[in-house]
Amino acid sequence: MNITEKILAKAAGKKAVHPGEIVDANVDVVMIHDLTGPLAVEAFKRIGVQKVWNNKKIVLILDHQVPAESVKAAELHKIMRQFAKDQNLQIYDVGKGGICHQVMPEKGHVTPGAVIVGADSHTCTYGAFGAFATGIGSTEAAAVMATGKIWFKVPPTIKVNVKGNFQKYVTPKDLILYVIGKMGVDGAIYKAAEFTGPTIKKMSIAGRMTLCNMAVEMGAKNGIIEPDETTRKFLETRVKALPDFDALKSDKDAAYESTVEFDVSKMEPQVACPSSVDNVKPISEVGNVTIEQAFIGSCTNGRLEDLRLAAEVMKGKRVKDGVRALVIPASQEVWKQADQEGLLQIFIDAGAIVCGSACGPCLGGHIGLLAAGESCVSTSNRNFIGRMGSTQASVYLASPATVAASAITGKLTDPTKLEKKP
Amino acid sequence: MNSKIKAPAIKFGNNIDTDVILPGKYLILVDPCELAKHALESLDTEFVKKAQKGVILVGGKNFGCGSSREQAPLALKYSGVKCVVAESFARIFFRNAINIGLPVIECKGISAAVETGDELAVDFEAGKVENVSNGKKFQVEKLPPFILEIVADCGLIKNLRRKMKK
Ligand code: SF4
Repeated sequence: MNITEKILAKAAGKKAVHPGEIVDANVDVVMIHDLTGPLAVEAFKRIGVQKVWNNKKIVLILDHQVPAESVKAAELHKIMRQFAKDQNLQIYDVGKGGICHQVMPEKGHVTPGAVIVGADSHTCTYGAFGAFATGIGSTEAAAVMATGKIWFKVPPTIKVNVKGNFQKYVTPKDLILYVIGKMGVDGAIYKAAEFTGPTIKKMSIAGRMTLCNMAVEMGAKNGIIEPDETTRKFLETRVKALPDFDALKSDKDAAYESTVEFDVSKMEPQVACPSSVDNVKPISEVGNVTIEQAFIGSCTNGRLEDLRLAAEVMKGKRVKDGVRALVIPASQEVWKQADQEGLLQIFIDAGAIVCGSACGPCLGGHIGLLAAGESCVSTSNRNFIGRMGSTQASVYLASPATVAASAITGKLTDPTKLEKKP
Repeated sequence: MNSKIKAPAIKFGNNIDTDVILPGKYLILVDPCELAKHALESLDTEFVKKAQKGVILVGGKNFGCGSSREQAPLALKYSGVKCVVAESFARIFFRNAINIGLPVIECKGISAAVETGDELAVDFEAGKVENVSNGKKFQVEKLPPFILEIVADCGLIKNLRRKMKK
């Protein structure tokens, strides 16, 4: 079996499982946030049980409309706080956490081999730690809170084998955009995407999270990477106990539906153009695109490593007049470290605004919305019509280095070219 | 719920994402009828008016891709959509729809066989989809019994209530 099958078999109390089989799995952790949570709370109450199945395994995070920008959002937050209080649940309130997918691993809610569901499509991010993690809806989250169980169809797995070393300013974000461009937005629908190969083995946790985060953008049920020493280093100070990693390795003879191979050594920065995540081009082919907004943040690319890269590009330069540059560290922890390293200073000196850790403009519901006719280059994960505000605005997705370089020039810019012409 | 549904079709293309079904800015609305007012508005400002009397949505590949927002199928259901038939669904949307009591059916070849305005007849239990206007018929893979049960109970909550009482 491969790692996804091993985890699902264990969660279902079976010796083996096969793609297509429907299993009833025990869930280790369920997460809900301020936009999907209130619906889940309401649904939970309608089920008619008094207590949640296990109050240690449910995590509430406020991150989407944070701090509340409207009375309606404030009311939703109130529902979440009350539920946490009534059921004695862990809640990361305003100022205590950050974006859910950053907070979950940071605060030790993610362990390799666990089955984690979240009422958010990018829950697949935790596959970076060798967990089986996938997004569900609010009603289903309510059912899990009541029963601790959920059904899954065991997915067939696509092996994504990556080799080569990245060139300077080419990042895991460029890789995943490239992969999605090749596979298409429905290229892995209902399937697992297992990232493997020498490039992945060398990749940092931040990079692995970026890859698994965007697995859902090609329709995947989960993205997953075998846990290793890098995983251990990140998690050992955060979780109580780590499982045996050997039991989470894909067998040598494990079955895969298909294998796709990628080599990053000659890859240039990639851009997903409007309005589909698979509309991907190398930056040299994008042409002349002026931008009004540059956004560095989100659960895809708001980590310390991303901010370091963006700061390196922006250091000593000024954001072009007519461009708003928004920087949002993915969590309070990232914020603090970025501050200690002097990164926030660099952004502020460059004329960028640094906002509190939250989803921000990523979903077009809170701050940093776009007007009709405007363009934004963003490190986030979706460029759908209307995603970041007006339905007549355009969103381009790219790496933190590319977004930073573009903020300086006011148009989509290859970060490697920026360096040569200061 | 009756497993048979008959209604005129409204057809959309591939990759209809949840941001166009219901933009993020409306997620703070709680009342499903309020959500429904904005269903698919960025693709068709008249959609809600057209759906009012009851329609079957026909989609291409990857219908409902994107966010896990259950508000998307809810908005469709309360706008008058009785069922969605598509070439394929994004998995979270598929589960959400079933869980909130909006029947969904995967039916390969449906896009080419239907135009907006055609009369469709769907029977979940039998796994049948028929375009009454042009006589084209499809036999689709039947949903597993436990999912049909959720559909029959008009959603997961009622289904769970019933099971937990046992
Ligand atoms: S940062 Fe964007 S994609 Fe990530 S959880 Fe928030 S809204 Fe969703």
